[in-house]
Amino acid sequence: MVYRIVPPKRIKISIIDIGIILFLSAFIYGIISTAKDWGEIPVYALNISLSPVNLPYYAWLSVLRQFLAYLLSLGFSITYGYVASHNKRLEPIMISLLDILQSVPVLSFMPGVILGLMALFPYGRVGIELGSIVLIFTGQVWNMAFSVYSSMSSLPREFREASEIFNLTPLQRFLYVELPYSTIGLVWNSMMSVAGGWFFLMACEMFTLGERDFRLPGLGSYLQLAAIEGDTEAVLMGLATMIAIIVIIDQLVWRPLIAWSQKFKVELATEEIIPTSIVLTVIERSTLILKIGGVINTLMEKISAGFSRTTPRKSRGKSPFIFILRIIIIGILALILGYASIRLFLLISGIPVNKWGEIMINDLFTLFRVSIAVVLSILWTLPLGVFIGTNPRLSSVMQPLVQILASIPATAVFPIILMWLLSMRGGLSIASILLMLLGTQWYLLFNIIAGAMSIPADLKEAADVFQLKGVERWRKLIIPAVLPYLVTGGITATGGAWNASIVSEYVHFRGQILTVRGLGAMISSSADKGDISLLAGSTIVMIITVTLINRFFWRRLYWLAEEHYSL
Amino acid sequence: MAIIETKNLTIIFDMPNNTRITVVEDINLSLEEGEFVSILGPSGAGKSTLLRAIAGLIKPTHGEVLYRGELVEGVNPGISMVFQTAALFPWLTVLENVELGLKAKGTPPKERRERALKMIDLIGLDGFESAYPKELSGGMRQRVGFARALVVEPEVLLMDEPFSGLDVLTAENLRNDLLELWIEKRIPTKTILLITHSIEEAVYLSDRVIVLDKNPGRIKQEIYINIPHWRDRESEEFIRFVDRIYSIMMGKPITAKPGRPEKYGIPLPHVRVGAIAGFVELIAELEEKEDIYKIAGDLNMDLADIQPVIEACVLLKFIDTTGGDISVTKEGEIFAEADVLEKKEIFKKQILANVPFIQQIIQVLNNKSNHRMPVEFFIELLETKFSTSEAQAQMEIAIDWGRYAELFAYDEDSKEVYLEELLESEEV
Repeated sequence: MVYRIVPPKRIKISIIDIGIILFLSAFIYGIISTAKDWGEIPVYALNISLSPVNLPYYAWLSVLRQFLAYLLSLGFSITYGYVASHNKRLEPIMISLLDILQSVPVLSFMPGVILGLMALFPYGRVGIELGSIVLIFTGQVWNMAFSVYSSMSSLPREFREASEIFNLTPLQRFLYVELPYSTIGLVWNSMMSVAGGWFFLMACEMFTLGERDFRLPGLGSYLQLAAIEGDTEAVLMGLATMIAIIVIIDQLVWRPLIAWSQKFKVELATEEIIPTSIVLTVIERSTLILKIGGVINTLMEKISAGFSRTTPRKSRGKSPFIFILRIIIIGILALILGYASIRLFLLISGIPVNKWGEIMINDLFTLFRVSIAVVLSILWTLPLGVFIGTNPRLSSVMQPLVQILASIPATAVFPIILMWLLSMRGGLSIASILLMLLGTQWYLLFNIIAGAMSIPADLKEAADVFQLKGVERWRKLIIPAVLPYLVTGGITATGGAWNASIVSEYVHFRGQILTVRGLGAMISSSADKGDISLLAGSTIVMIITVTLINRFFWRRLYWLAEEHYSL
Repeated sequence: MAIIETKNLTIIFDMPNNTRITVVEDINLSLEEGEFVSILGPSGAGKSTLLRAIAGLIKPTHGEVLYRGELVEGVNPGISMVFQTAALFPWLTVLENVELGLKAKGTPPKERRERALKMIDLIGLDGFESAYPKELSGGMRQRVGFARALVVEPEVLLMDEPFSGLDVLTAENLRNDLLELWIEKRIPTKTILLITHSIEEAVYLSDRVIVLDKNPGRIKQEIYINIPHWRDRESEEFIRFVDRIYSIMMGKPITAKPGRPEKYGIPLPHVRVGAIAGFVELIAELEEKEDIYKIAGDLNMDLADIQPVIEACVLLKFIDTTGGDISVTKEGEIFAEADVLEKKEIFKKQILANVPFIQQIIQVLNNKSNHRMPVEFFIELLETKFSTSEAQAQMEIAIDWGRYAELFAYDEDSKEVYLEELLESEEV
């Protein structure tokens, strides 16, 4: 099974987008400028021990960070999705904002966020810990929020009408109707998001700015250190732990959740393969869990009963006070936005023209690498994915496996790749593309399998009857069926690849700096040197590039596929 | 005093392409205590829209809905509703689904449970309290839908084609169970309003049938069914009512408002040529005049399904349906006997005589020098009168008919219609 989000059918750029770019500029300025006083912040680096005895503890810390970031994302995405789907005035703004935020290279903000939070919490590990959690959060929250929004705004008409007829309070409606209806999509996207979250976690557990090392004890820093020190044994131990954790989480969390979420499926038709989980069966039989469930139920009821309407709702008159308040709030917001955007503009206007040229050329270099990575991924995942997807038996074995592979964070493996490739000519360039490939290919494979599985049996039979073979079969049957899925995977994959360029084009390794030309390298090196205006400028260019590629390439392709080949 | 009343109720929808569609127009009706009323009409008559306006789910464009003399704003406080698809929440058990309405009212848990269990029992679902809707058959799901609607003890029960998704036997069973609760006053409901497209169902259940016309939905006629319950479907008076309502439904639409241009004639029924030809042949084989209602039964089809076919045949003057009986016309008889080529000729003749819209297409094509015209042109013409999707559907039917009659041809790639013969003769 796969849960596919339909991207908005907009491929133009509107006034709202411009407003959002302003907002984002203010945001970028805010974050990047907190990092101005980098020199004054004490270096925080814990000693990481490569002894395998410490691995369980490190792994536990990494999981904990991931868990906290996920809780934050969950709360945020439900709130955001709810508000966006219920407030008609905010809806277009909030959705366009999501759309662009999805294209933001989170790693660009890593120094700003972490240093900013360290300045806020100068003592102990709190600041840097919070920073890593915030970064993971920003890496995983957007598609979750989008999924909640799209579920809640596509609530079937009869459900909406039934909850109106029975006069459910807004809270009851949320608890008994809207949230359950959003569950399947939310679980699916949570799984994808957490897989992506590992990528950022590994990157921000250990990083270098200029001369200073920042380290948090965790699995990511363990792996990086092991690779830098060339300790193959530790690398293997670390990798094994990583995979073990991902498998355990898959079995203990995602499988049971997916099986459980089937209860929220609306289609009453019987599904061919119903996801099952042994863990879920065990949980459901446990009396303790049943008791807890009962307590939650009564609690939910008590809370919602407190808000029960005893009198029918009356239409609220518009009070002039609220109107004025609204104007004031909008005014203040506009002022802040305006101020920050101007500051950001001044900041980047300090970049000389020839630097801009360099940014553009670097942008092309990275674009080239990203394209190679994506094309290579498609080249091998398309045939394999179709092969797996059209063999039901194979796909039931392979799908969970690919899901696990997709969760292995490329950033964790990157130092190891470097260890092997650095001696080669152009090693870093290859390593960089390899990292992007690692980040992109599983999403694509996963989606292509799902797409191939969705080809109806009668179409396959018809193709057999007409003896469609080879190229014709691909053109007439397979490509049309798989394309929308491929695009969905492709959007995630390209976004990931751009992000990966930031950590892979400019690397601190064994005390030296390795770099290749590219926008990612530019972002990293300007962060490294504390060149704020260049950091802001190159980040903005990356955001715009990713947004444009999404809108004008992937989304156009998606709607082309939907309109022409929709089954 | 009437429990529910509508006054000059009109609902107009704004469509995305800036057209406005009047869905129902000028509806005045009232539901009195103790009455079971059915609203009957062809699809597109705005039955469901009307029901939702009474429920307070849709705000009327003009006019008002009154509940016990008071203007309804927001959801009507006196009603409850049964949906066509039951609309149960799949994540809640039968009991939780039934309890939901009471929960919203703030009924204390103990009383709520008792009332819900009692209602589940009453509706015949004893033993299924903890089942999920997915585990139930369609009929049982709809029973839950009834229980959920009735447990809040509404004064007015609104039903939106609740039996139409069920198979014949299940539907009949559920109808009788509901009727029993209603006649024996085992539920405190004071009046019931049923939306249906089945004449038989309306006559079987209700005290009064309101027939709606379509495009826009207006009340065509009200018929009181004064047969005591339980009614015998085979009885002569039952059949008489069914026949009468049928001819009302099939008869001429009430006169169009003056000033409304009827340029393109009445809308073409959504029926392809194949179905028309098949149906005419079938009727021609009958020895004598046949009751329309019975034909539907013999064909094992829903009246709503064959109604457009009949409309199309009547439009082309192949059959005649005066007084609820059906018979072939002279043209119909010739058409039925004819071979393929002759059939096309006759069809062409009938189209040219009876379908102004297709005449207009030909006229336009004749006037153009290249005898070609993009379909879009005609669709835009149609959009002045129909919704975009209806305009497209109308065009599709016109192309189907016109192609069959070889009046014009259609080029799928360029999306153009063109005159075939003229082009060929000119090339020669």
